[in-house]
Amino acid sequence: MNLFAQGFAWIFDPANNVGSNAIGVRLWEHVWITLLAVAIAVVIAVPIGLLIGHTGKGRSIAVGVSGGIRALPTLGLLTLLALAIGLGLGAPLISLVVLAIPSVLAGSYSGVEAIDRVVVDAAKAQGMTGWQILGKVEIPLALPLIVGGIRAAVLQVVATATLVGYINAGGLGGYAFSGIANSDYAEVLGGSILVIALAIAFEIVFAALQRLAVPAGVSLGSARQSRRSTRSSAPRASTPVEGTHP
Amino acid sequence: MITATTRRLAATIAVASAAAIALAGCSSSDPLSSGSGGDSKTIVVGSQAYPSNEIIAELYAQELEHEGFTVTKKLNIGQRKAYWPEVAKGSINVFPEYNGNLLNYLLQEDGKDTTTETTTDGINSALKSALPSDVKALPSADASDADTYTVTQELADKYDLKSIADLSKIGGTISIAANPEFATAAYGPTGLKAKYGITGEVNQQNDSGGPLTIKAIQDGDSQVADIYSASASIKTEKLVTLEDPKHLVPANNVTPIVSKDLDSKAADAIAKVNKLLTTDALIELNRQNSVDQKSAASVAKAFLQDNDLL
Amino acid sequence: MNWVLGNTDTISDNLIAHVWLSIPPIVISFLLSVPIGLLVSRLRKRNGVARGTASTIVVVASLLYTIPALPLFLVLPAIIGTSTLDPVNVVIAMTIFGVALMARSAADAIDAVDQDVVGASEALGYSPAQRFFKVELPLAGPVLLAGIRVVSVSTISLVTVGALIGVPNLGFLLTDGLKRGISAEILTGIVLTIVLALVIDLLLVALGRLVMPWTRGTGRTARAVRRRAADDVRANEVSA
Repeated sequence: MNLFAQGFAWIFDPANNVGSNAIGVRLWEHVWITLLAVAIAVVIAVPIGLLIGHTGKGRSIAVGVSGGIRALPTLGLLTLLALAIGLGLGAPLISLVVLAIPSVLAGSYSGVEAIDRVVVDAAKAQGMTGWQILGKVEIPLALPLIVGGIRAAVLQVVATATLVGYINAGGLGGYAFSGIANSDYAEVLGGSILVIALAIAFEIVFAALQRLAVPAGVSLGSARQSRRSTRSSAPRASTPVEGTHP
Repeated sequence: MITATTRRLAATIAVASAAAIALAGCSSSDPLSSGSGGDSKTIVVGSQAYPSNEIIAELYAQELEHEGFTVTKKLNIGQRKAYWPEVAKGSINVFPEYNGNLLNYLLQEDGKDTTTETTTDGINSALKSALPSDVKALPSADASDADTYTVTQELADKYDLKSIADLSKIGGTISIAANPEFATAAYGPTGLKAKYGITGEVNQQNDSGGPLTIKAIQDGDSQVADIYSASASIKTEKLVTLEDPKHLVPANNVTPIVSKDLDSKAADAIAKVNKLLTTDALIELNRQNSVDQKSAASVAKAFLQDNDLL
Repeated sequence: MNWVLGNTDTISDNLIAHVWLSIPPIVISFLLSVPIGLLVSRLRKRNGVARGTASTIVVVASLLYTIPALPLFLVLPAIIGTSTLDPVNVVIAMTIFGVALMARSAADAIDAVDQDVVGASEALGYSPAQRFFKVELPLAGPVLLAGIRVVSVSTISLVTVGALIGVPNLGFLLTDGLKRGISAEILTGIVLTIVLALVIDLLLVALGRLVMPWTRGTGRTARAVRRRAADDVRANEVSA
């Protein structure tokens, strides 16, 4: 499509690769703020999610709060915080962290809940303490789903970080707004193509991470068995791995 | 007891009604969408996505309604490139424009150089020839709402800044917090370099000279901000607008652009309202809207009532 | 709040516009995702090209979701020929996102249906259509419902971005509030968006209970808890 050719031409145009608004600069800002926001969300949400999954308590609150946060329009949080704390990274970072939390939280507690009770009982029967069960059994088995949650969060944050350009906090979104204002479709498309490429790159990395996260010994074979019956206990921990097949 | 058949029926109905709502939603025209070709007396009034412009559009719209016309409002559309095609082809019948910026926009679209005219009369006669055939401009108001080069009081004191030319005292490249259109506008960095020999760089803000743009110069991220001259914040935030002796920024009076076949009574009504718009009046309207936080519609209504037009 | 009381017209106009922009995409996404999910599920059961096609569909769906909303709104007019001001751009873009979100979860939902039950129905002489509508679809129902609930919340939230291209909706309260520096306006926009999402969610749950009465249990048995956990796990994968 002619438009997309223009978008690519814009990306490789040397004029757009120099100066403070260079593609390289914005790309780096975009990557950096995405990873930082998700990292902070992980620090906050994974412990809480593990706790919920391990103790079985607080789940409905978590689901409710997550649902509420998912409904929160990021643009709203962004503008509100921008008015309150002004320019700089504070407003975008907080908004993106809030966006990332529901997915990471859900991945964490689902990961623990998805573990067959039999395994946990066996661990208890062997005399493991609660902490040992958490560390040696639950976390390793839950890891694929946790990573799955992080992966989902990264995807959402990468796409939404374009909005951050609205309050001129950097990232690839600024190209969209300046492109709209100057009706420069090539710029809008170029910026969008970059964001999509970034998202694909992250997806590939995290798909690999998710596969690596499956502990040795948990085979894909168990997936086929449990798929046959919805009456069995909660699904196989290998579900997300299945889903990552390209 | 609810039988399987009943459940299936309920499910079917639920899906069918949902589909019906979906179809209705798809086909029903958005109440604010293009109303051209309807009732010949329906007048569509548009505005930019700029609070001050919304107020002026409300003034026109409410006065037209008062005169007995049916009015459809299409407010807060966006920048010129988004709404002008609609005005040019007649889907929008009345639009509060700004003569200087509109003239330069039309010239640039035609591939011509931007205007050398600086006075209201000069710009208006040039505008007349530049406008497409189906629209015309009604007489301009006194009120001007132009882009400015504005700095904080502190910066002005520090470098003794009075006019745009004084910016050279700061030295180096000047960072200007402004909307993205500023970068390609005639009065932007290119014009700044050409007329005053100063190199400028745009620090892109998207809030039309609003709180973030102002914060940019207050926090020192930029030295200059493009705050529109009718904005109330210049006074409330104690900012200093630099003088423009070389007329980098052309006059920008509020000028209604209307369809050529607009009812003459309607045109008169709009002209009546426009006569009342002085720059000070506009600034006061803007102040009520942003500082007092009153809606554009209520600010417009109060103004019309105070002037016995409603 | 004073601001709210003084601006009920603006608020209600934008709220209504928002509803009209959100509901069609949610419905259409559902209507499109179920057949696509069915197709993917059937293809996955085979080998080779069919399986590859199924995976490709899933990957394409995920990729569609990575397209940032704002650029999609801007690019659609060029591709489908609508005017840039047309709200239809938002509806179509939201539908694309909805399908992107839900296609995979629909496929997983249908996949997860107990094949023993399907086999039994086949033995009883059900035609393929009957098997799907009377056995698979109802059994996949709860997960499909979970999926559409995620789509609905996400749609209602994303529609606000449409305000950046001048399409009236609750997002206008956010951008206008920023330009005029009125926090109360932004807060109103945020709260109403969340409330709207909540209301639609409750409606969907009620619809689910109406159409699938067997899911109405007290929800406290171990099996019910596990079932809910399973549904949520699948729904959370939807959010990918």
